[in-house]
Amino acid sequence: MGALNVLVGVCLIYVAFLFFVAFAAERAAIRGRGGWLRNPLIYTLSLSIYCTAWTFYGAVGYAARSGLEYLTIYIGPTLVVVGWWWVLRKLVRIGRTQRITSIADLISSRYGKSNTLAVGVTILAVVGTTPYIALQLQSVTVSFDVFSESYGETLTRSGQDSNALWVACGLALFTIVFGTRNLDANERHHGVVMAIAVEAIVKLFALLAVGVFVVWGVADGLGDIYARIDASEIGQWQMRGDRWATLIFLSGAAFLCLPRMFQVMVIENEEEDHLRTASWAFPLYLMVMSLFVVPIAVVGLGTLPAGSDPDFFVLTVPLAQGNETLAMLSFLGGFSSATSMVIVAALALSTMVSNHIVMPIWLSTQSGGASVSGDVRHVVLLARRISIGGVVFLGYLYFRLSGGGTSLASIGLISFAGVAQFLPVLLGGIFWRGATRTGALVGLTVGFVIWAYTLLLPSFGTGTLIGEDVLIEGPFGWGWLRPEAFFGITGMDPLVHAIFWSILLNTVSFFIASLVGFPSPLERLQGAQFVNVYEHSTTPQSWSGNLAQSEDLMVMAQRIMGARVAQGLFEREAKRQGVSGLLPEPSPDFLQVLERELAGSVGAATAHAMIGQIVGGASVSVEDLMAVADETAQMMEYSSRLEAKSEEQARTARQLRQANEKLTQISEQKDSFLSQVSHELRTPMTSIRAFSEILRDSDRLSEAEKVKYSSIIHDEAIRLTRLLDDLLDLSVLENGQVSLNEQTGVLAEVLDHALASALTGNTQVSLQIKRDKARERVTLNTDLDRLSQVFINLIGNAQKYCDAELPALRIDVRRDSEKLVVDFIDNGSGISKADQAVIFEKFSRTGELRVSGAGLGLAICREIMTRLDGTVDYLPGQGGAAFRVVLPIQMAMAAQ
Amino acid sequence: MGRSVLVIEDEPNIIEAISFILSRDGWSVATHSNGHDAFGVVQDTMPDLVILDVMLPGKTGYDILREIRGAEGTQALPVLMLTAKGQVKDREIAERAGASRFMTKPFSNAEVLDAVRELVAG
Repeated sequence: MGALNVLVGVCLIYVAFLFFVAFAAERAAIRGRGGWLRNPLIYTLSLSIYCTAWTFYGAVGYAARSGLEYLTIYIGPTLVVVGWWWVLRKLVRIGRTQRITSIADLISSRYGKSNTLAVGVTILAVVGTTPYIALQLQSVTVSFDVFSESYGETLTRSGQDSNALWVACGLALFTIVFGTRNLDANERHHGVVMAIAVEAIVKLFALLAVGVFVVWGVADGLGDIYARIDASEIGQWQMRGDRWATLIFLSGAAFLCLPRMFQVMVIENEEEDHLRTASWAFPLYLMVMSLFVVPIAVVGLGTLPAGSDPDFFVLTVPLAQGNETLAMLSFLGGFSSATSMVIVAALALSTMVSNHIVMPIWLSTQSGGASVSGDVRHVVLLARRISIGGVVFLGYLYFRLSGGGTSLASIGLISFAGVAQFLPVLLGGIFWRGATRTGALVGLTVGFVIWAYTLLLPSFGTGTLIGEDVLIEGPFGWGWLRPEAFFGITGMDPLVHAIFWSILLNTVSFFIASLVGFPSPLERLQGAQFVNVYEHSTTPQSWSGNLAQSEDLMVMAQRIMGARVAQGLFEREAKRQGVSGLLPEPSPDFLQVLERELAGSVGAATAHAMIGQIVGGASVSVEDLMAVADETAQMMEYSSRLEAKSEEQARTARQLRQANEKLTQISEQKDSFLSQVSHELRTPMTSIRAFSEILRDSDRLSEAEKVKYSSIIHDEAIRLTRLLDDLLDLSVLENGQVSLNEQTGVLAEVLDHALASALTGNTQVSLQIKRDKARERVTLNTDLDRLSQVFINLIGNAQKYCDAELPALRIDVRRDSEKLVVDFIDNGSGISKADQAVIFEKFSRTGELRVSGAGLGLAICREIMTRLDGTVDYLPGQGGAAFRVVLPIQMAMAAQ
Repeated sequence: MGRSVLVIEDEPNIIEAISFILSRDGWSVATHSNGHDAFGVVQDTMPDLVILDVMLPGKTGYDILREIRGAEGTQALPVLMLTAKGQVKDREIAERAGASRFMTKPFSNAEVLDAVRELVAG
């Protein structure tokens, strides 16, 4: 019993040493002399809690059983630290800006500060970690056992149990003392970190010592070791790609998702920059840890009697060689590995349990809510301490129930696979804004159910929790649901099978549920902040309204943070707001700051709920969210408005250009019209002036000359008058100021009148008129004077321009159901095609024909016919000049 | 000795008036009333002076003037232009085309007579 007492004594001394280290570190930190505590190497060493007793003892056992496969457990984290340091950096940044207290807090905070999610993650983390804690207790107990056996003292089962219990109590005590000194879980636990850093050195040193001893003490140096490796089964070992890929993925995922890893990596991180050092130093540490694993395994297999547990070769090889000091050191290494893991795991889990389960329950049982006076810090601390005890006790319980039969490695892997289920939700949460709370819940649930069904339950052994029939034929005989062969896919390694299906279905359901569901405003806000953590230097306001009473907030804050800290915070905030006194205005800004401070103590969900209780639940309002959305929308609207504006301007410019062109055109038309009018007026005036001067100045004029010149003056005066009349007429017609004088008459009479007017006064040319009077018996109801004016014009033109030897004009009348058509066709040479196009324009003249008239006649005709709802057009292809006048039938009424 | 004037004008009454005025003053007057072959008539008759209307059927007075100024023999021929379009730009065009004198209708008989005398004498 003596040696065992020595062992216990050494353990106690070692634990006392750890207490001292932790205590010294805390004091140094409090006194502000803890600069060396912020060394990145300390941070890196603290990460080594990844290497637990499983790694310390189990890796050798793993190598003895499965060859180099144990390396996967080191490769996974190495890849993450080296290749995914930017993921870690983002996690650290988010943890810092959001004052995250645990992985459950991170996930719940990301998905709208959902407490349901926090509770779920917490429970799952506890379920996943408990076997692992049991594993540590088991390793410590068994290592005791190994020692006692080597001294011929066999411990009873109850002795083992009590050993485990004592160890558990010691670890719980340590964690409580150094893990719950300060309520703010977000603050660093310098004592704990320092202690585990020391333990990291101890376990590395112990393993190296054993390795060196094995290589150069037992074997004859490296050459001998290589020979032994070649000779052993390990040398014959075959690599299995699927298991390697799965295990590397699994260990990498676990490295990110294990609550204790999250604790040291994110929560205890002093500076983001430390990750830089860790990214090379930590893989180096892992490499050194794995260096002597194979030699120890080979030597153990070769020197120890068959049937020895390879999981404890690290201990049994030195013992068998009689090197008790080294064995003692090795034991301390294993002890260190186990204790550091349990301490940090208990710390991480207790924070989660107290923040997400105990505190919400306690808050809801307090009728007065959080603003009831009295310090509640002791409640929070008590909750945390009890949680630590509870977590460690659960591990102990698992250890008792499982009987410690399973190999270390397989328990470790099951645990890894459990926490790996957080991965999709975690990564989705920080990289994908579309991830929703519902998606996270569904994904986690699916993943954990499959994990439990395919890996956890079968691990208890066939026939305990899962019947043999289920394993072989599936539940209720459903073959496709066999725990180790989903969908009938057989032949997969059970571990690979479980990981593949749980992670795949977890991820898929997480995505689908996220895509299908609709996130709440707060989820969107948090999602944006997590995903864009680098862009958001400040958190947007998630509180609205002035409903909160500062005093209530003060009371609550004091109870959570302590009077001194709370008052300091309120005073600072009041000063920042420029408010005199100690109470700041309950602005959304301030509420945000307060919530973040509280979150550091009790987690995001609880802090949110506490403030919500006082503020009245007016969390982020739809209006606030709309304001955030509006910013984007406004930008878009603004740019689209600009676009529309420039389009509108372009349109206006186009219209202006068109208007300008039209104006220019009109102006040119006006100029040319005036020029033409001027010409038409000046020409007769020239004759009038010239002949009147001749009459005045010449006294030798004959009587005939006098008469002739007087008639020229007379005719030109009439021409002038007619021109002025035409101009005025056209002007009136064009401006639409003409009033129609509707009368009823017969077409034949209108034509008679027109012919009489047109043909009088010009007797030189006799124009023969051809008519069919019978067809002209059509009664008209229109402005007969205007119609007559058109006819006169057309007849007059024929008379003036018809160049036939015996000029003749045929007047054809025809009517159908819709219109009355009157054609005027002469027997001249007609009008050329080019002229046909312009004859209806003002002052247009055809060819060289220049008898009289200003060229306004046809323009007037067209205006008149437009007024009468009819038309006048040139009728081509008739031999001579031909014009067609068309009147609508309602104007023309058939004669009786 | 040729005191001859060619009047190119399409308005019969104006032709008659100008002819009367110039004949009375002792000028021999030839007339022509369209633009097409006016330049040919100028070359054929080689008058001492041409009175040229702008608005002519077939060809404008400006074009005829450019033909006169562009051809050997008629280059220096005095040309009195008459137009019923009394705008400034018409005068500019006429001057650029090389009109010796430019008059707007209606004119006084004495004015025309003075201009013709001056142009032929100068």
